[in-house]
Amino acid sequence: MLKIENLHVTVAGKPILNGVTLTIPTGEIHAIMGPNGAGKSTLAYVLGGRPGYEVTEGSVSFDGQDLFALEPHERAAAGMFLGFQYPVEIPGVSYLQFLREALNSQRRAKGEKELTGGEFIRLSKDKAALLGMDAEMLKRPVNVGFSGGEKKRAEMVQLGIMDPRIAILDETDSGLDIDALKAVGHGINAIMRAPDKSVLLITHYQRLLDYVTPDKVHVLSRGKIVRSGGPELAHELEREGYAEAAA
Amino acid sequence: MTALPTRKLEAYRYADVDALASVWTSLAPPQRVEIAAQQKLQQIWLPSGDEIDVRRVELVLEAGAFARIFALNAASRYGRLELDVTLHEGADFALHGANIGGGDSTLEIVTTARHIAPGAISHQTIRSVLGDKATGSFLGKIEVAREGQQTDAEQSVKAILLDRGATANAKPELEIFADDVKCAHGATIGELDRNQLFYAAARGLDPVAARALLLEGFITGLWDEIEGDDQGIAELAREALRRVAA
Repeated sequence: MLKIENLHVTVAGKPILNGVTLTIPTGEIHAIMGPNGAGKSTLAYVLGGRPGYEVTEGSVSFDGQDLFALEPHERAAAGMFLGFQYPVEIPGVSYLQFLREALNSQRRAKGEKELTGGEFIRLSKDKAALLGMDAEMLKRPVNVGFSGGEKKRAEMVQLGIMDPRIAILDETDSGLDIDALKAVGHGINAIMRAPDKSVLLITHYQRLLDYVTPDKVHVLSRGKIVRSGGPELAHELEREGYAEAAA
Repeated sequence: MTALPTRKLEAYRYADVDALASVWTSLAPPQRVEIAAQQKLQQIWLPSGDEIDVRRVELVLEAGAFARIFALNAASRYGRLELDVTLHEGADFALHGANIGGGDSTLEIVTTARHIAPGAISHQTIRSVLGDKATGSFLGKIEVAREGQQTDAEQSVKAILLDRGATANAKPELEIFADDVKCAHGATIGELDRNQLFYAAARGLDPVAARALLLEGFITGLWDEIEGDDQGIAELAREALRRVAA
């Protein structure tokens, strides 16, 4: 369970989140929607632990653990996955090497046995197949030369490999064509729709929610949750716009 | 034995002359290697393991000769690789070198490529990774004689500084007396990318492992052209990167 209480965050001294309170019970998928500049990406980044985001008030606990007491890599080892809106390119480092070292780093932190090269390759092939991605692409440097859609699919392959307990997905649907959107939606359902997992899905548009049905939808506006509801809220937003729905 | 050089000499301007002084009288004269016409040579230069490690080589490539040097400069106090290359007609030379160090080590690669005849190639790729108070330098002189038409010379020099106290120097020096040549040189000095570091952390890599992996990415390709046994240079470089990343 992820429990966000009265979270205030500033970036370079400017307040961005102004008291976000939100609980995501284990087993549920929640969507956060909101206009540009509402603070959606800030919420994702502060949960992931990106430097430069200052928490001035409030708390976040993940399965009872104080999230802000953990470094970003420790949050990953604790079972959190942050899906990036703009996945980062790392020239010179292959995806296979990157993910194997990352996964083994997490396993070491948890006191689990590291995967051998062979075991890891089998795992990555399985997960690539699940997302309809050619496993050969994982031999290429991380995200270098990948199209927008390929980068997002690769994020989902990473999600599958890391197999987290909670995924914070920041606009994973932006820049996707319909086929890629379906693949990503299918990936989220296949990997994360489980009683012991939860998802915070951050999105601008309702269209990803055609493929991933959320348990709850929240509207973030000016750094606060201004409305919450069931899946039907997303349709209402799509119809009437944020200005109306947030009023 | 010649007199101990001072930092007033261009080729020693970044040298650790105190360290050099302590080995100067016992230093072997530059090793001279001649590659006969159309012959091939590959050398892999590994660190000696001594805290002061100076290697001086004069390489002569006769017409059509081919040479590849792969060098890891990673002495704990002072590492100096000095290479003087003379290229005859159509000779093909490449150097792939890395300076990797932390502490207060001084690491330098100092080269002179003399294109004395037409159509020779010299390509040099140098990557430096420097932490703490280390200094890493590349001084690369290219001399193209009047006879050296159609010379193809290239220097690619990149450095990453891991800490505020670290220093990188990149100094290309071109002396060209022919009018139909290609002499390219490029140099960059930077630091590890914060977005890449956060991305790696978000996937579970601890800071040391993340830095080491990104640094491996930075020097990637340096050893790719080695033919046959790499004599452990890739693994030694990886270990050196892990040390400076820690």
